[in-house]
Amino acid sequence: MGVDTDKNSYTVIFAAVMVVVVGSILAFLASSLLPNIKENERFAKQQNILYAMGVNENGDDAGSVNFIPTDRVGGEFTNYIKEQLVIEGDKITQSEEAYLIDLKKQLANKKKGEPYQLPLFIGEKNNKNFYIIPMYGKGLWDAIWGYIALDETMTVQGVYFDHKGETAGLGANIKMRYFMDDFTGESILDGTKYEGIAVAKGNNDPLNKDKEDNEVDALAGATITGNGVAVMIKESVNLYKDYLETIRVN
Amino acid sequence: MALLTKKDASLILDPLTDNNPITIQVLGICSALAITAELEASIVMAISVIFVMGVGNVVISLMRDIIPSKIRIIVQLIVVATLVIIVDQVLKAFAYELSKTLGAFIGLIITNCIIMGRFEAFALANGPWKSFLDGIGNALGYGVILILVGFFRELLGSGTLLGYPVLGDPIMKTGLYATGYENNGFMIIPPAALIVVGIIIWVQRSRNPALVEEN
Repeated sequence: MGVDTDKNSYTVIFAAVMVVVVGSILAFLASSLLPNIKENERFAKQQNILYAMGVNENGDDAGSVNFIPTDRVGGEFTNYIKEQLVIEGDKITQSEEAYLIDLKKQLANKKKGEPYQLPLFIGEKNNKNFYIIPMYGKGLWDAIWGYIALDETMTVQGVYFDHKGETAGLGANIKMRYFMDDFTGESILDGTKYEGIAVAKGNNDPLNKDKEDNEVDALAGATITGNGVAVMIKESVNLYKDYLETIRVN
Repeated sequence: MALLTKKDASLILDPLTDNNPITIQVLGICSALAITAELEASIVMAISVIFVMGVGNVVISLMRDIIPSKIRIIVQLIVVATLVIIVDQVLKAFAYELSKTLGAFIGLIITNCIIMGRFEAFALANGPWKSFLDGIGNALGYGVILILVGFFRELLGSGTLLGYPVLGDPIMKTGLYATGYENNGFMIIPPAALIVVGIIIWVQRSRNPALVEEN
């Protein structure tokens, strides 16, 4: 080839062209795929909220997590979720799209001292109400989040956890059924205090038969992720404490 | 006529055994330690790297005459990063669940030194077809070790394979656990991967003494 690729001018031009080409490819791809990605995220949120209140396709065996399929999730979400509330200070309003509120942004607003909105979902299944709270926290490497479904006695009816980048086989196991199922039946209250649920090592209760101890058995090799889950639950339920006090029955 | 010449076949087969990127060249160790606590993650990572290395080697090979040597490492990095982002975005749009499983590996794929190593050592000097075979071969060699390590770590550390309990229930003490067998908690932490890789290297070298360096 007749081009001297070692020349400085060639290097600069090559770098500039490469940046433009790569940037254009990625920008085109991102904008053309955005509607699909947004829709998938919306389905995933609906699936996660329904999962927490026990509307899922899990079998009886403690196997894998099975959501309501995406083609039916929209309908089921409308069937089961009776109210979507947005709590902003003392003001509580209803919104059809409260589930799209990005909790991470709202918590950042709270940190900055700006007004923030907290979404809460009221579901109904078998004539029983479920109060589903979104949660957001930190694991070992990156963000963790989830939903916790409570009844009026502040007993957990189900949870769903997810994570961005926890270690596969260790911290990533917070989204396994054998871990999430342990939370069901635990109370987030210790007396009248919103204590949440600790992820405890060595609590001598691996089958989690004791539902009065505000504790579930920890995951081996995932201490920091487990602690992150415990902190996330405690902080989240305390954020909603004022509202939860208005519905609590005992 | 054979599909591959003898030389082409060796591009694929050598990295599987006597020129393995992990056990012989000792590259890609970071991800071999980080994600092999379970078999599924090892398989997903292996498939992702096969794709990125196959395509990446071809792209770099096609560009080899126009890449300025001064910034070639940056160019290689951009190619890997772009490929990985494209895969990630396409999966997010069309296979959302799978993209969530892959999310944790994205950063690890970009920094995998085997990929950069093959771009630098092979694709910059060879044509696209040979580079493709070399990329696939090295990624397979990497994947085989990852899957082997993941298999032993998940089996001995958690008593499961691909999430299915194969040795019984450790809490209810059924199956093998009824005999007093316990899972080895050490196997699920990263240092155990070094020991498993070490054992594989030992087995490999004792089977083929030519691999042992002279002092």
